[in-house]
Amino acid sequence: MTTFFDELHGRFPDLVCSVDEPVCDQVVVLLNSPDVTSIVRHFLVEHEARIVTVFAEDRVSAESVFYNYYVFDRPGEPSWVILKAPIPEGFPSFPSLAAELPSINWQEREIQDWFGLEAVGHPNPRRVALHDNWPDVHPLRKSFPLETALPPFEGEQHVYRPTHGEGVFQIPVGPVHAGIIEPGHFNFAVAGEPILYLQLRMFYTHKGTEKLFENLPIHRAVFLAESISGDSAFSHGAAFCQAIERAAEIELPARAQFMRVILLELERIANHIADVGAIATDVGFAIANVHAGRVRELVLGLNETLTGSRVLRGMIAIGGVRRDWQPDQIEAIEKTLKVVEGEFRDLVAIIQSSDSTRDRLEHTGLLRPDKALTLGIVGVAGRASGIDRDIRRDHPYEAYSQLPFKVPVYQEGDVRHRMQVRIDEVGESIQLIRAAVSGLPEGAHRAPVQPIPPGRCAMSAVEGWRGEIIHWVRIGENNRIERCKVKDPSLNNWPAIVEAVEGNIIADFPVINKSFNLSYSGTDR
Amino acid sequence: MFKILQKSFNVGTVTAGYPEVAPHLAAQFRGCPEFDFDAWSDARPAAEACPTGAIALRDLDGLRQVTVDYGRCIFCGECERASTDGAVSMTRNFELAVSDRRDLVQIAEYALHPDGTHASLKASASGPIIDEPGKRIAEAIQNLLGRSLAIREVDAGSCNGCEQEIVALNNPVHDIERFGIHFVASPRHADMLLVTGPVTRNMELALCKTWAATPAPKVVVAVGACGISGGIFGTNYASLGGVDAVIPVDVYIPGCPPRPEALLHGILLALGQLRQRLGSAQMKLRI
Repeated sequence: MTTFFDELHGRFPDLVCSVDEPVCDQVVVLLNSPDVTSIVRHFLVEHEARIVTVFAEDRVSAESVFYNYYVFDRPGEPSWVILKAPIPEGFPSFPSLAAELPSINWQEREIQDWFGLEAVGHPNPRRVALHDNWPDVHPLRKSFPLETALPPFEGEQHVYRPTHGEGVFQIPVGPVHAGIIEPGHFNFAVAGEPILYLQLRMFYTHKGTEKLFENLPIHRAVFLAESISGDSAFSHGAAFCQAIERAAEIELPARAQFMRVILLELERIANHIADVGAIATDVGFAIANVHAGRVRELVLGLNETLTGSRVLRGMIAIGGVRRDWQPDQIEAIEKTLKVVEGEFRDLVAIIQSSDSTRDRLEHTGLLRPDKALTLGIVGVAGRASGIDRDIRRDHPYEAYSQLPFKVPVYQEGDVRHRMQVRIDEVGESIQLIRAAVSGLPEGAHRAPVQPIPPGRCAMSAVEGWRGEIIHWVRIGENNRIERCKVKDPSLNNWPAIVEAVEGNIIADFPVINKSFNLSYSGTDR
Repeated sequence: MFKILQKSFNVGTVTAGYPEVAPHLAAQFRGCPEFDFDAWSDARPAAEACPTGAIALRDLDGLRQVTVDYGRCIFCGECERASTDGAVSMTRNFELAVSDRRDLVQIAEYALHPDGTHASLKASASGPIIDEPGKRIAEAIQNLLGRSLAIREVDAGSCNGCEQEIVALNNPVHDIERFGIHFVASPRHADMLLVTGPVTRNMELALCKTWAATPAPKVVVAVGACGISGGIFGTNYASLGGVDAVIPVDVYIPGCPPRPEALLHGILLALGQLRQRLGSAQMKLRI
């Protein structure tokens, strides 16, 4: 790593303090100023890097500073670069990069709300993670106790951008929606049927998750990770456990790695099938959803056979998985997959046979590749808009490097192709599981876990069914967590919906929204 | 069109017969844990392992009070794993819905050895009262509401796990419409609010407004460990805990998330509550 440090130190002698030896697949670059603008440009331009996330940490009691962490992904490089920029306690602000990097717009504002660090020069510095009527508190500061009882909210409610013009109206929707979905507020400006623009208001389900992590012993925190976004319980659980395992240098048994892959892919299959059905429903093709619901039940039944839970809860553990599989459980995998494969093929054929359905899905909710790139869109939505990125392939974890799979990528960026990515991925996941089952090693399913020394930090990334899930942890005293940062792919992708709905008729909003199917709870935490 | 019909014909009927027919459960399915209070030699390992505080201890003067709260339990099985005396075992029971929150709580009192293990069981008050919703539920709804019970689902802050299983109630396997029960888009059209939690500070107002917009008589069902008690999130700066911290609740459905049959069990139980509320002689039902 000397060359990497020499290069960086040569370019930024006053800024770069040190480069840590890489831990697993991450290199931490310690800076000595909160102004990261120049070095971030360097990574963006010279390394063609992508900013993955930015988050903060309160180290005031230990080091009298806050830290901002900027995570970068460089094409073709298996290791992540993490810039660590100190922010003095007495001067709690940092220069905003959101004007250049719209993907961190909300994330910088989260830091403002939760830590009280001002993002100077932010194009829209209003509150995002705490609503406007909250009192002036910064919950992720260590000086703020988790159980603080706040007074009833009295402040001003959020003011939306006004809508003017003849025949132009606002349509407010939510937070309680018409379907069985999560809460959020959508404020549409429409001129007749077409949508002029959409304003989003999220964080209705903010429940103090990141703060709560700091108050739980590690073995209990695994269950909190499962509750970040219930539809991704296993993916978030895996991302959390991996982060801890990396920090603690726990080597996972080969069998556990394969078992995790199988369960991660089952989560992908179950959710993709549900989404394909739901997209069909939202254009009025209900029979497809009826079949999808039936096929999904087969997968949930298999989940229950493999984990005791239809939604894969209570299975993942630090060091592996909680329960081993007997031969009859392993046989059930292929038995179910065979049926699911055939039934899903029939379901897709039914959808594709309907011209009116295709007509509604094609060119609807367009997200052009250049916009997707600028907005930093990840996961299924990114791959439908030309972004050829998949953590399983680009930063392999568990057993993925030993298993064959293709990553479907389309350039069209409409609802139809977001559905197509899912259809292709179900097929790939089925093959992936088959390969994992036939290569399933014997041996232990869980490594012994010793108490973890405090101070260790590590990041992990998992390609959940929706996209890239990031967890970053710092281990605290007595096997507790000092800080856990969670970034669900939904946080990146909401701006994509704003972009994709423009010019579409309001009646197509549900199907556009469903084609992204973002997690409100994952966003709000 | 012909192919679509052909497919439906070939698939046939997939709808499960719950509650008349026992549900198909995998051999590995985990229901709630069961506690043999007489045989329990030490509650500390289970309490330490429990992620949500469903097993809580209070030691005082050589006595220990153990509280088991099914309203916090997420059926993870860690208490069984941690207890070496065999006194804690996972069951396949999921029909846990109750109308009185207290029925989800069991309390045992032990005299302690000096090393903290249990010397003797002094007292126990236990057993969730199993409300039997009965089997002729379709008939009941028909009598009560003219074949129609309208449910408005409200996510007051959940992780969306409960929503997944509530959505599954509408698929052809669970097919809740066979009872004449359906989900509606507005609280104004609803007889029942099915609420998931924990109730966040940011959803408190919306939940209150939704409740106020629902015409009386109405029933409220709190879904899942978080809806009942705040679950793993508990009460904190952003979470108010369970649904009954904000609006009155008629039925509580434990689980994380409750499987569709458990939801159905609780909804049918709540229907009994609605019947009581209507209470008029001509609407007398035989649930």
